[in-house]
Amino acid sequence: MMHIDVSSVLRQTLSCELYSNLVTRPTGAAVRTQIEALLADTRERSLTVIDFSHVGMIDYSCADEVVAKLLLRYAAEERDDREAYFLFRGVTEDHWDAIEAVLERHTLALVLESADGASAHIGGIVNDREREAWNKVYEMGRTAPADLASATGSPTADCARTLATLHRRRLLMRLDGDYVAVGGLADARV
Amino acid sequence: MTSVITVPPSLDDHSFEQVVEQLATVPPDAKLVVDARHTRWASPYGLTALLALGQAREVRASFTAPETEETASYWARTGFFRHAEELYDLHGSVPKARGGESSVLLEITPVVKSEDVHEVVGRIQQKAQQILSKELNIDAKATVGFAMTLSEVCQNIVEHAGRGGWVGVQTYTWRRRLANRRVVVIAVCDAGLGFRQSLESAPGRVRSDRWDDAAALEEAVIRGVSRFRDPGRGQGLAGVRRYVGRWDGKVSVRSGTAKIAIVPSWDDDVPLLEKLAPFPGSQVQVTIPERVAGGPPR
Repeated sequence: MMHIDVSSVLRQTLSCELYSNLVTRPTGAAVRTQIEALLADTRERSLTVIDFSHVGMIDYSCADEVVAKLLLRYAAEERDDREAYFLFRGVTEDHWDAIEAVLERHTLALVLESADGASAHIGGIVNDREREAWNKVYEMGRTAPADLASATGSPTADCARTLATLHRRRLLMRLDGDYVAVGGLADARV
Repeated sequence: MTSVITVPPSLDDHSFEQVVEQLATVPPDAKLVVDARHTRWASPYGLTALLALGQAREVRASFTAPETEETASYWARTGFFRHAEELYDLHGSVPKARGGESSVLLEITPVVKSEDVHEVVGRIQQKAQQILSKELNIDAKATVGFAMTLSEVCQNIVEHAGRGGWVGVQTYTWRRRLANRRVVVIAVCDAGLGFRQSLESAPGRVRSDRWDDAAALEEAVIRGVSRFRDPGRGQGLAGVRRYVGRWDGKVSVRSGTAKIAIVPSWDDDVPLLEKLAPFPGSQVQVTIPERVAGGPPR
């Protein structure tokens, strides 16, 4: 699992220790480019923690460049060459205003680690069925479509479709036909 | 022949229109004197817009400072004269700025490039928290949104103006409309391209039948349209509108011959003004009022 401290990337990008705020579109684009350069060294399947813990604030333009475009390139596009998953850490209420707005704009979703690091949840745009399915998988661990069908009382085919959608959106990982929630991967091999 | 423009005694976003109306008959290359001798008060919008006026002139204009010592001294403390002397030949008594001004959250600051926005946001954060929570009774959490708003309106210059502009942030007591409530005001003015010209530069843009400054402002401010094809663009002003709505504030944007405003219940401004006297660039004002008990829910 790779860990990227966004604040460190920001400081390297701006070559300046004074700024801890993710503001302006050019700054966001530069930070994302740096993150992408780090991701270039990862394996075909990777889980990366994007850590906002030391970021003061993020504005809409920067959230669009750093978060939305990262997700659009790695999680929303069908990519054969790369299966990249992201877990967002240290996202506070202050950061969330801007991040939520850009997720809505692009109909994206992501997995957020709770403040104490003990749990995770999805944020952004998902429908009720997807949210329920993700929560179940997170709760149950490694889950097959039939397991989800038993747990929710929904037809297996429907569950399989929902799980496939969540996998395509890189909110769930697929492991030999089963699914594991991003953020609930303590024992899963990535 | 030299034309003389008289600055009104009280200069804000409304009375600045008197300045623009006088300017309408003066060619940009004509000799001009901007006479502020009898001006007693100016909002950050008024001061930054006067700088934009100087920026718009093809021939360096003259500027006569306020005669009232208190006013001139205050303008000096806001940083106005420091920037005005780069644009105008200054006349009258121009005091040197001594010490900071407590009501000035952010001195008038030039915004040209992305790094300037970092600087502005960094400088305002700590002071904004103190002012918003202690003077305006606004939740300390609103500080981040305030800095985001400031960042986005400043970026408008960097991304769209094609030349630099200025930002100023100040608190003052609004006696007329808000019964002595405090407000914090962000003003960002430039004499650059303006919204219509910026949107016209969008590749492959198809013009609609109704296309003027007012239509351009509606597209950019209300519908979040940007000159860039990137679907993520245009979120900045939408975010500003959201923040302003949450804190019962007001945002107005003037560009070219039109002005659009998101008007809260405490204000009686017109949402869209068209066919104003022309003025180049964009002039943005964000006003956040003091929160009072029983105010509208967030």
